[in-house]
Amino acid sequence: MGRYVIRRLLQMIPVFIGSTLLIFLMVYALGDPVAALFGDRAPDPATAAQIRADLYLDQPLWKQYLHYMAQIFQGNFGTAFNGMPVTELMAAAFPVTLRLTLVAIVIEMVVGIVLGVFSGLRRGHAVDTTVLIFTLVVVSIPTFVSGYVLQFLFGVKWNWVKPAVSTDAPLNELLLPGLVLALVSLAYVTRLTRTSLAENARADYVRTAVAKGLPRRRVVTRHLLRNSLIPVVTFIGTDIGALMGGAIVTERIFNIHGVGFQLYQGILRQNSPTVVGFVTILVLVFLVANLLVDLLYAVLDPRIRYA
Amino acid sequence: MRGAKRAKWGVCAVSVALAASACGGGVDTRGSGAAGIVSSSWGDPQNPLEPANTNEVQGGKVLEMIFRGLKRYNPRTGAAENVLADRIETTDSRHFTVTLKPGWTFSNGEKVTAKSFVDAWNYGALLDNRQKNAPFFQYIEGFDAVHPENGKPTAKTLSGLKVVSPVKFTVDLNQKFSSWPDTLGYSAFMPLPRTFYTHHDAWVKKPVGNGPYAVESYTKGSVMKLRKWGGYPGADKARNGGIDLQVYTDNNTAYTDLQAGNLDLVDDIPATQLKNVHADLGDRYINQPAGVIQTLTFPMYDKRWNKKNGDKLRRGISMAIDRASITREIFRNTRTPATDWTSPVLGAKGGFQDGVCGEACEFRAAQAKALVKEGGGLPGGHMTIAYNADTGSHKDWIDAICNSINNALDNDKACVGAPVGTFADFRNRITSEKMTGPFRAGWQMDYPLIQNFLQPMYYSKASSNDGKYSNPKFDKLVNEANAATDHKEAIKKFQDAERVLATDMPAIPLWYQNGNGGYSDRIGNVALNPFSVPVYNEITVH
Amino acid sequence: MPDPYAPKEAITHGDGGPAALAIGEAESLERAPGAGPGGAPTGKPRSLWSDAVRDLRRNPVFVISALIILFLLVIAVWPQLIADGNPYRADLAKAQAGPEPGHPFGYDTQGRDVYTRVVYGARASITVGVCATAGAALLGSLLGGLAGFFGGWWDTLLSRIADIFFGIPVILGGLVFLSVVTSPTVWPVVGFIVLLGWPQIARIARGSVVTAKHNDYVQAARALGAGNARTLLRHIAPNAVAPVIVVATIALGTYISLEATLSFLGAGLKPPTVSWGIDISAASTSIRNAPHMLLWPAGALSITVLAFIMLGDAVRDALDPKLR
Repeated sequence: MGRYVIRRLLQMIPVFIGSTLLIFLMVYALGDPVAALFGDRAPDPATAAQIRADLYLDQPLWKQYLHYMAQIFQGNFGTAFNGMPVTELMAAAFPVTLRLTLVAIVIEMVVGIVLGVFSGLRRGHAVDTTVLIFTLVVVSIPTFVSGYVLQFLFGVKWNWVKPAVSTDAPLNELLLPGLVLALVSLAYVTRLTRTSLAENARADYVRTAVAKGLPRRRVVTRHLLRNSLIPVVTFIGTDIGALMGGAIVTERIFNIHGVGFQLYQGILRQNSPTVVGFVTILVLVFLVANLLVDLLYAVLDPRIRYA
Repeated sequence: MRGAKRAKWGVCAVSVALAASACGGGVDTRGSGAAGIVSSSWGDPQNPLEPANTNEVQGGKVLEMIFRGLKRYNPRTGAAENVLADRIETTDSRHFTVTLKPGWTFSNGEKVTAKSFVDAWNYGALLDNRQKNAPFFQYIEGFDAVHPENGKPTAKTLSGLKVVSPVKFTVDLNQKFSSWPDTLGYSAFMPLPRTFYTHHDAWVKKPVGNGPYAVESYTKGSVMKLRKWGGYPGADKARNGGIDLQVYTDNNTAYTDLQAGNLDLVDDIPATQLKNVHADLGDRYINQPAGVIQTLTFPMYDKRWNKKNGDKLRRGISMAIDRASITREIFRNTRTPATDWTSPVLGAKGGFQDGVCGEACEFRAAQAKALVKEGGGLPGGHMTIAYNADTGSHKDWIDAICNSINNALDNDKACVGAPVGTFADFRNRITSEKMTGPFRAGWQMDYPLIQNFLQPMYYSKASSNDGKYSNPKFDKLVNEANAATDHKEAIKKFQDAERVLATDMPAIPLWYQNGNGGYSDRIGNVALNPFSVPVYNEITVH
Repeated sequence: MPDPYAPKEAITHGDGGPAALAIGEAESLERAPGAGPGGAPTGKPRSLWSDAVRDLRRNPVFVISALIILFLLVIAVWPQLIADGNPYRADLAKAQAGPEPGHPFGYDTQGRDVYTRVVYGARASITVGVCATAGAALLGSLLGGLAGFFGGWWDTLLSRIADIFFGIPVILGGLVFLSVVTSPTVWPVVGFIVLLGWPQIARIARGSVVTAKHNDYVQAARALGAGNARTLLRHIAPNAVAPVIVVATIALGTYISLEATLSFLGAGLKPPTVSWGIDISAASTSIRNAPHMLLWPAGALSITVLAFIMLGDAVRDALDPKLR
């Protein structure tokens, strides 16, 4: 196990380098960010040249990348165009998005698994059909539509919650955005649970358990669920990274000043230090989450043993 | 509903803890702020809030609250009026003597002197400081030395600026510029305290100025809390306890928050909500003219758009646009069809004339079709109108313009909107001359002068001449106008220059943009200035 | 695709069950190599795939969803069959007006007929959904399947490459990647979705191949001397493909949604392309004033997604021997 973890940690290095390089290339391909800083005016060439030199933009791409990585390993993520160190932006943004992601994950796990279990155990029944229709509706509505609709209904029309999240982003205000963020993944979790449950319900070990005369509840919870949740756990694990980075739309609609907000601003302004810096952290989160998922795999599925 | 109640109580508990606001006893909880504080929508400023580095409206809002300069534009009329300046004198429109009023200090107690201005302007002009508004100092003698086009600066200070006494300094310009004093209300010309230079990082984190408000706290990307500065010596003292500027990325969200009572003031209402503003806000909706004009600018560097008879083609396209319907249906009358290239906020005295564009700015489908044909038809049979898709809901009106052109030319594929993902990319394509068709251009005046609507955009090689239009006749008239010592004479020359535009049609005037906003029933006396920025200091809280 | 052997099978082969499957498997083991790739049966009846086809024909869910999809495909190719209007014709005087005779769905903000646009929008949205899903599923299951089957450094390499793409948030990547694209066609969007979508499928495919690999029947097949290709295609793929289909069908829906989201952020399809995504994003902020603008394209999108998921479900049930 220890050797496996070390090997995986070593493998993270090339992935980390690959991802950051990829995003670096993409942001670089966007073009020169300096012109936008001057608004509707043509940039003053002398000032623009100075700014480019400051940002290392007058160097060839590979030099820019090496310089950037060298800085990162010294803990320096550079400075955003508005003069704020990127690390400070991160310190402000990541806790907010982390809270939002947690809310979303909890919702998608609890609701998704419960719905999935109910429909999986009652395939073809009314419950199953209802859940199926529910997941279909959810998956077919783009996040920005559900976001705007729910915000309008809950926030404005019925005035149940605040339509936008305040600066400190307390948990109670994140419930609605968390739900919106969770919706699409929720459908995935529900259906994965249902499929996997239905498959395992016919497995020999379940039949054996039933034949042994174990109570149904025990069969479901101890035997069936434990095995059926393996793909679900995989999915949720990989979803953490996606949720954190994918909150661009949700954070925009609900005015949450988290990672998605900073990334969106960063892209609009081609603020490469912000974009690359945040994505670098997201990639790390993703890699660690992946490793944890694989380790969890081993815990849940006795057939898998890492050496 | 139980859940709803609990949520509200939770909110109240939080705000009680933060500030002693009235939450219990059935008092209406509309509005979010503490007593006397107004919460207002804001966008994250792009640049550090240094006056000479702030070139967009969001940063400009803050500077308008925390700074007062030599002049200020009257929030209603737009006229440049002396504030810190006692008088600005000249005999030749080139050498100016500025005398300050006594008694002004920064909010940290430091006196505002002639040196506060001269140092600030020198700082703004010096290339090493990378200030984006440096070109605003280009008319001052010695600008080339502190801000050369290439290489290192050869001087640290502008030779045209001299401190005579603590209350007096002189300015020498490198050319005649009769209306130069009227430009001094722009934020780049604000004075700066010593701490700006000595503790620059701290200053940027929490700017110190001499305006009616002082910054209490600034969380970048999220909220700035400004509070009334009790010791403000000016006449335009704040009539509220302070302003909380809340950052919103989506103006729809800000509007929703206003409706829900979590925000007091919104100064940018999304086009899609304009249909509802009267029902939602009643008389708390503001819609008033501002110094903003929208145009479609042609890439005059592209031969296909600048060929023989190209003016006919461009005029034909202009006549194919049904401005009246679009401003009514898409903009709900928050825009007024344009009939010239300036803005009505200038007033007749300032040089605005209705109808300079003539029938070219009227919707005449049949004539449009004939003119486009005479002009050689659309290059390649179709055209695109480029815009940035990231902000400002431009898609709706660009599509409407294209539909109008398509209907007039009786061809579904004649015109199509060409969205560019980001504003940055959009600007890059413009400045690198990659546009292959007309593109959207919105001009918000820096100062209410006719010069500011014409010279930056249409003078050869001017900083915002995005279409690279060039006509020696236009340039000559602008030069003459700037050199004229008589105000009326200057205006007349500018108007002559504007008529050259009517002949050449390098850009199609679309509409004059109003400022529009809405506010909660907690506050009153809300108005927008001609720059469509709320006049914060006059807002009262009930 | 109609299977010419299906009727014969139906006669020779009784009702499918676990026992029948065991026979089918045993028989197919004896078959000579050369069965067509992709599992299309070329020889004897009673293979897993021909069983599936037979099953599907009896499944009403499959029949209904297939009919809906067929209808959508026809509309996508020949929209003028059911809409004689012009999706571009705009009359601002009718902006956001409600339904009237001849215009059952009303008008959008530009005064265009919503019904015509919904019909014409099918093409772009379905092209994006189907092509992107097909691309991502092919690439993903190929790479994921190989990684899971061979394991070792091959697995490590492919998994890490997948991780590189996986690590980049989709919407963020879309914004960056597509904002430099000027082409008004659907292909940049499709290409982008495939590029960032395949790792998800690959992960699922790898997981299920790894699981299937350890099954007794696979071990048995290998013990009997089946080669790599044969084992993978004949024994593992049919059993591992079910999760891929489930994820891919849902992905199809999210891809169509993703196109809409990218349009909403200004980086999706571009006019003059008519797509549900463009229209939904244009309508999303007008929910209060003109809900019909949102309702119809969003409804069309939901029905499309519904049809594909039902189809995927039915195929999965048919392909999964354990469920027979």
